[in-house]
Amino acid sequence: MAIDRKQLLHVARLARLELREDEIERLEGQLNDILAAVSKVSELDLSDVPPTSHPLDVVNVWEEDEPRPCLTVEEALANAPERRGDFFKVPPGGAA
Amino acid sequence: MIDTLRLTAEEAKRLLDAREVSGAELFAAYRAAIGDRDEELHCFLHVCDDPGGDGIPIALKDVIGTKGIPTTAGSRILEGYLPVYDSTVVQRLKAHGLRILGKTNTDEFAMGSSTENSAFGPSHNPWDPSRVPGGSGGGSAAAVSAGLAPWALGSDTGGSIKQPSALCGNVGLRPTYGTVSRYGVVAFASSLDQVGPIARTVRDCAFLYSIIAGRDECDSTTVELPEHVELPNEDGLRGLRVGVPKELNKAEGIEPGVAAAVEAAIAQLEELGAEVGECALPLSVEFGMPCYYLIAPAEASSNLARYDGVRYGYRADAEERLEMYERTRNEGFGDEPKRRIMVGTYALSAGYYDAYYGQAQKVRTVIKREHDALFETFDALVSPTSPTVAFPLGARTADPIAMYLSDLLTIPSCMAGLPGLSIPCGLSEGLPVGLQLVGPQFAENTLFRIGHALEQALGFDPVPERLRA
Repeated sequence: MAIDRKQLLHVARLARLELREDEIERLEGQLNDILAAVSKVSELDLSDVPPTSHPLDVVNVWEEDEPRPCLTVEEALANAPERRGDFFKVPPGGAA
Repeated sequence: MIDTLRLTAEEAKRLLDAREVSGAELFAAYRAAIGDRDEELHCFLHVCDDPGGDGIPIALKDVIGTKGIPTTAGSRILEGYLPVYDSTVVQRLKAHGLRILGKTNTDEFAMGSSTENSAFGPSHNPWDPSRVPGGSGGGSAAAVSAGLAPWALGSDTGGSIKQPSALCGNVGLRPTYGTVSRYGVVAFASSLDQVGPIARTVRDCAFLYSIIAGRDECDSTTVELPEHVELPNEDGLRGLRVGVPKELNKAEGIEPGVAAAVEAAIAQLEELGAEVGECALPLSVEFGMPCYYLIAPAEASSNLARYDGVRYGYRADAEERLEMYERTRNEGFGDEPKRRIMVGTYALSAGYYDAYYGQAQKVRTVIKREHDALFETFDALVSPTSPTVAFPLGARTADPIAMYLSDLLTIPSCMAGLPGLSIPCGLSEGLPVGLQLVGPQFAENTLFRIGHALEQALGFDPVPERLRA
């Protein structure tokens, strides 16, 4: 499977990356090389094999639902690029 | 006079306990070594002042979150970020009195095999500064090798502890998945990421592992160790069965000098009393790389979604929000994270999920089963850690796939969640060769035992020749 310019721009939009023109050209070749290499996984017929999402046999790890100390509002906002009062400030939403 | 090039953490502890050196003197000795050699090597992104106390100093890969100390993951997007809490591993180090010397260089978001993807410039190999130290944890490995720290922590997703340890002549452990907490560590691929030690001896490596391992209620993937960590003492290996998977030892691209050093070390294992037998991993090596380069980017594309310019890190100027996200991420991330985000997003997108990500997860099952089957016969598997010795800076930067092949031999066991120990086993072309020992889950003690016996028998000198007095 090959990825063309249109698909590449679609994927970049999904990933919230505004690529520059020179990057688009370079990435198109590199992504196709990488996809050609990883497509090797389709050579195996694994219809009867279950997937592994995680190498350990742990499922549903529960903790008691007890409150514990957590970050203060000031700590949570300490690295904010911009804030207003106790909120993270962001530019207004445009057309998606 | 403290010789930081030769001092092990174990010996440092003895000197401190006997009050032969003070904590301040010891810390100052490493700071002086950093002052002397780090301009050339660029191991550190940030160097710390002595916080006081009498503990052993330690260097930390810059993906490990440290309260009040810059943590960048080698990325512009986190430049200036000051964590407001300590990662669990750092809490444990501090509880043992260890003192942070500084934060070491890494490929951006731990994505790479040479540190050349660091936004802050590459590190250099102490054995030959025209060559890479390996990666992604090349800063930690080079720092230990050059005597800028007695030991260090790295993180390993597909080889980022083992491969730089091999290229710099160190001992490095990628622990069993789930034994060390990732709470507070910058996430790359969460079903693979593990934090682990880099040291100059197997005993130091085991000691550091004993400090950081164990269940953490803040990381639900962690478990209690089924047995205590034992510092290895024995010299013999009688009763141990070591397998030599032919695909890991005969793979295309393994340099003759690397193969020769590893073969000599395997002969040494037999002399030490181990039973050595050939075995096979028919699909794990051939399909490990493509499997890894689907699963790791897929998970990375999700983990790196958090860098959006809202709560911390870099933010680009923009009039409206979507533009702000897209511009922030494009200006903040370097080429390799962008490539992986793109591959991962594509592999997870509608219409391609089953063929790529879903199929890779099934390949992962196959890899796990192949390894499990071998551990019915063998206690550990042996191979080179890296197909090559340290390569020249720039040699693989233009070709992402050539760089990806650096981790050909470390990736399969990472996919299966298995522990792997790399120890130096000799030189090829004057550069260190790493030997990889892989065991079943939670078999760290076995790896330490084999590694220690081999280390004693081989007598490798971990101090780079050009730095020897």
